Amino acid sequence: MAAAPFDIPALGDPAEHPVPALKPGAMAASKPYVAAEAHQQPLGFPGELAEGWEKRAIDHMGGLLSKYRSLQVFMDICVKCGACTDKCHYFLGTGDPKNMPVARADLFRSVYRRYFTPVGKIAPGLVGARDMTREVLDEWYSYFHQCSQCRRCSVFCPYGIDTAEISMAARDIMDSIGQGQKYCNEIIGKVHRIGNNLGLPAPALLDTLEGLEEDILDETGVPVKLPVDVAGAEVLLVTPSADFFAEPHVLGLIGYAKVFHAAGVSWTLSTKASEAGNFGMFIGNYEQMKKISMRIREAARELGVKRIIFGECGHAWRVAYSFLNTLAGPWDFLDSRYPVPQHILEFTSDLIRRKGIRLDKSGNDGMVLTVHDSCNVARGARMGTEPGGQFTIPRAVIAASVPKLVDMHPDTICDKTFCCGGGGGLLTDELIELRVKGASPRMEALKDVVDKQGVTHMAAMCAICKAQFTKILPYYDFDREMVVSVHQLVSNAIVLGDND
Amino acid sequence: MAYTSNGAAIEADEEGYLTDINQWNEDLAGQIAKDEGITMTPEHWEVVNFLREYYSEYQIAPAVRVLTKAIAKKMGPDKGNNKYLYELFPYGPGKQACKIAGLPKPTGCV
Repeated sequence: MAAAPFDIPALGDPAEHPVPALKPGAMAASKPYVAAEAHQQPLGFPGELAEGWEKRAIDHMGGLLSKYRSLQVFMDICVKCGACTDKCHYFLGTGDPKNMPVARADLFRSVYRRYFTPVGKIAPGLVGARDMTREVLDEWYSYFHQCSQCRRCSVFCPYGIDTAEISMAARDIMDSIGQGQKYCNEIIGKVHRIGNNLGLPAPALLDTLEGLEEDILDETGVPVKLPVDVAGAEVLLVTPSADFFAEPHVLGLIGYAKVFHAAGVSWTLSTKASEAGNFGMFIGNYEQMKKISMRIREAARELGVKRIIFGECGHAWRVAYSFLNTLAGPWDFLDSRYPVPQHILEFTSDLIRRKGIRLDKSGNDGMVLTVHDSCNVARGARMGTEPGGQFTIPRAVIAASVPKLVDMHPDTICDKTFCCGGGGGLLTDELIELRVKGASPRMEALKDVVDKQGVTHMAAMCAICKAQFTKILPYYDFDREMVVSVHQLVSNAIVLGDND
Repeated sequence: MAYTSNGAAIEADEEGYLTDINQWNEDLAGQIAKDEGITMTPEHWEVVNFLREYYSEYQIAPAVRVLTKAIAKKMGPDKGNNKYLYELFPYGPGKQACKIAGLPKPTGCV
């Protein structure tokens, strides 16, 4: 690999929690490409900044403050205790003090104070209140695209201030005045136009799935199917479109198909809902979130399925678990004996427990696994019926599939997990420096278990995490194929046929 | 940004992906490859030509696995794998080869 045009953070001992030396302005130039008019207008956003945008931004902020009480509280309640300052992976990786969560929130808070608090209106200098200016907007654009909305800081905040919500609000304001982000908005446009983030049209999807069926047959001798648009199927599987396209995602998709096959449960994919992801959340736009979610409802209705199961996608599961009912419910037409919606890991874990499928660990011989908790699964959702199910269920499925599973340092897993470095709409090539540096806390914890416990692979349960790690592992001298899908492990271990 | 090929300016996006696939030609592909630090060999052309064929049928780049299978068929099973494609296109066969082939960049969680 060619040398990177930036420094790669040195990896230390995750138990020592070293705080990096401050490098003010280190990431001031980092920003994603701005959305062009062609990416803005299909979403109903202005094509560019037009005269009077400052007032429109403040009006929009006022609307959000009255709509979301949480945002108002987050603006007023921070006591600058400092608990969050060394908890953000982007701060730890870059040393830029504006990547401390409190400083990031203050970019928003300073404008809030100027226009919405009595002292800020009269004596802005006393309370750090700032006018909304081009300079402030540029700073917002840069640093609200250095937050992956992973919510790790909120775990440590004594008041529970959720910087993710502040960053979503900031992005929504920027969209509303014509300063959108190309990566997210182009993708959302593709979901509306074509049906998924990739822009994979139905004929290409069908061709790809047919090829996968051939591969599985060649490899196992068993005719495992990947059905599409099958009316009357029991289960609609909604999965990130990266599962059709990229590695190791596709190996996870093959795993889901084998599980359905072995369990004898009829299932189908949908060309209409060929995407689990919902980038409407990343840009903080409720209408987009709703519109994207409605495709799933329509597909479920049209196909007459009884259950909806989500594939391995972190933020999709947060939207599904936490918001789907209000976004696209009620789901009274589905079978109420099952969770609505259900996660594929819940489905598989349940089958393992009831001995509905059989796993042979020798299918993963030689592998020592660790697991990366996806931030949106860990802190934005749950699995199963017990608290912490989102941690125990994936681990139970992995442990049943592989010879050995070990955890990384306790301060880097479960509810304290670090973001992969590419979440929240930042998985785009122009942000590669941010992504590489932001991944350093995770890489540090990974290196620790590689060195001390002989870990060979890291399982991930989110399409973004998988793509991010595949790209950044080589920067830290790891093999890109070290990251695997959880259901890839199931796929290697599952015993097909003769399950009666 | 824009490229110049045979005296004509050819428009590309911020990252160098062509905005109009029909403006692509082999000379331009060589130029884009050079910018990416790649010297085109017959093996690179096999990949690029397959991408273009697939795109003209499906309006999208092929999935990584579809590509590796096609390359295995054309160039032998020892070359039909991800590692070989990364040797040809170090920044990732999906994105780098698409750029050289004049295809739009694959988007999403890839």
